[in-house]
Amino acid sequence: MKSFKYVITDNEGIHARPAGLLVKLVKTFSSEINLTSGGKTVKASKTLGIMSLGAKKGTEVEFTFEGEDEEAACEAISKFMQENL
Amino acid sequence: METIQGKSIFKGVAIGPVLFYGSNDVEITREPITDAAAEIARYDEAKTKAIEQLEALHEEAIAKVGEDNAAIFEVHAMLLDDEDFTDSVYEIIESEMVNAEYAAAQTGENFAKMFAEMEDDYFRARSADMKDISDRVIRVLSGRTEKTSFDTPAIIVAEELMPSETVQLDKDKVLAFVTRLGSSNSHTAILARTMNIPALIGIDIDPSWDGKTAIVDGENGLFYLDPDAETLERLTARREQILEERRLLQELKGKENVSVDGKKIQLYANIGGLADVGAVLANDGGGVGLFRSEFLYIGRESLPTEEEQFQAYKEVAEALEGRKVIIRTLDIGADKQADYLNLGHEDNPALGYRAIRICLAQPEIFKTQLRAIFRASAFGNVAVMYPMITSLSELHQIKEIVKEVKAGLRADGYEFKDIEEGIMIETPASVIISDLLAKEVDFFSIGTNDLTQYTLAMDRQNDKLEIFYDPHHEAILRMIETTVKNGHAAGIWVGICGELGADTELTERFLQMGVDELSVSPALILPVRNAVRNSKAFV
Repeated sequence: MKSFKYVITDNEGIHARPAGLLVKLVKTFSSEINLTSGGKTVKASKTLGIMSLGAKKGTEVEFTFEGEDEEAACEAISKFMQENL
Repeated sequence: METIQGKSIFKGVAIGPVLFYGSNDVEITREPITDAAAEIARYDEAKTKAIEQLEALHEEAIAKVGEDNAAIFEVHAMLLDDEDFTDSVYEIIESEMVNAEYAAAQTGENFAKMFAEMEDDYFRARSADMKDISDRVIRVLSGRTEKTSFDTPAIIVAEELMPSETVQLDKDKVLAFVTRLGSSNSHTAILARTMNIPALIGIDIDPSWDGKTAIVDGENGLFYLDPDAETLERLTARREQILEERRLLQELKGKENVSVDGKKIQLYANIGGLADVGAVLANDGGGVGLFRSEFLYIGRESLPTEEEQFQAYKEVAEALEGRKVIIRTLDIGADKQADYLNLGHEDNPALGYRAIRICLAQPEIFKTQLRAIFRASAFGNVAVMYPMITSLSELHQIKEIVKEVKAGLRADGYEFKDIEEGIMIETPASVIISDLLAKEVDFFSIGTNDLTQYTLAMDRQNDKLEIFYDPHHEAILRMIETTVKNGHAAGIWVGICGELGADTELTERFLQMGVDELSVSPALILPVRNAVRNSKAFV
């Protein structure tokens, strides 16, 4: 099990477009990836779920990874968050 | 005449007939079904088709409104493809044994409701997106097509408009958008702005308006139904003015800043931050003649760090894509909000401890800024200028500090360029010794605002002096002329970054004096270019 926390820096928070791109990335891994924000946890493979978290700029979110490729997934998602959000 | 106040989404004035746009609302009836699997398959097929439609719309939109604004269709496709959405539709079909149309409508409504209840403006605006995508898949299921064409140019009035509706409307036929619902954050709003169409929201619309004449005043958020003669005349004139301004923009973009008799001059822009760069590029600015760095120091509790400053300068340098950006070092005084600097109260802040004086008395502040500027120089075409110079000795001190800064950067392994260093000529002293100063710098930039104050001994903010104030005072013009002459004698270029630079009554005179560069507010670049192109530089 791997995880990392991240503070959103994008002015619009996790909005539709990066949510969609994140989902695309998440789906390339076999591990189960969850996203938690404000006490709510959703599967990171669902665009609407991610958006329903309403994560804004300054919000701290946490990703958890469970599965065979959890290391690679953790690294890739972490990089994605830094580059896009 | 009826006058209704709404909220403006985009400025501009439109005059024309109203076209009341009924929404593409599909009648949803709840029908019982017997074969859930078949119904699910039916939904899947419609979903695939709807996603294809969205992909096609995406392509069309990229061409019409650019990639960034077309992204909404990509998003719609993602949302429609979303597992939660699909699962919800399947679930409703299976558990209630109802048709896919109903299941999709319910699902869309539920998600729309969820977004509508969220705090953030952005997420609330997505509520409309949920309705849009469920409408679309329902239309495919019922075999209907979207109504999108009409013949004469009209002001579109509707309850609300979906992004897919907005982008497909023929730009040439749409004079304006007027809706009851919507938000300035919605994609429809963004599209309206990109398509350059005036738009209003929050107007209590009425179907009886269809066919009547109306005026949309996007500048004030007003809607006039059946306008009276006076209103019609006034706004028609304003509309002409706006069109003229736009025409000028179109015509002059890409044209050279050259006088009738062949003298060229650089036209740059004065900016206060990254947000202004868009306007510089949109108005065809050749570069930035004054990047006011004060925004980094004002309205906060502590000094900006080197890293913070470096990022800000780098961002602007990169955004300008190779165009020159002249960063002015700290230019504040006791009259600006920077309490943490403890500048104290001064009786005469204009003549006080400010600008370069602070930097030389507190060199740590200066060095931090210079380090950030030099580091940023590696990422674009950067130059630096020092404000409020009155003596050679100040310049010498500056040079010593710059030498130290460069040595420090080298030791730290930072790349930087040997950028141009110039000074602002904004005090009578600097004009008078400009011949001496010119030998020690790479350029002059004349700050006419302060130069005028100090030379005419007048506070520009003092209303009582209005009657005495002459912006074209011969004294100022002679000071500019002297500065240019002395600058050129030493082989350096001389520009003007003060307000006078944009004064088109003086453009010809500046050209005749030999001024090399004018840096003005971005919106004034093209009017000044126009003046340049109609001036004679050689008498």
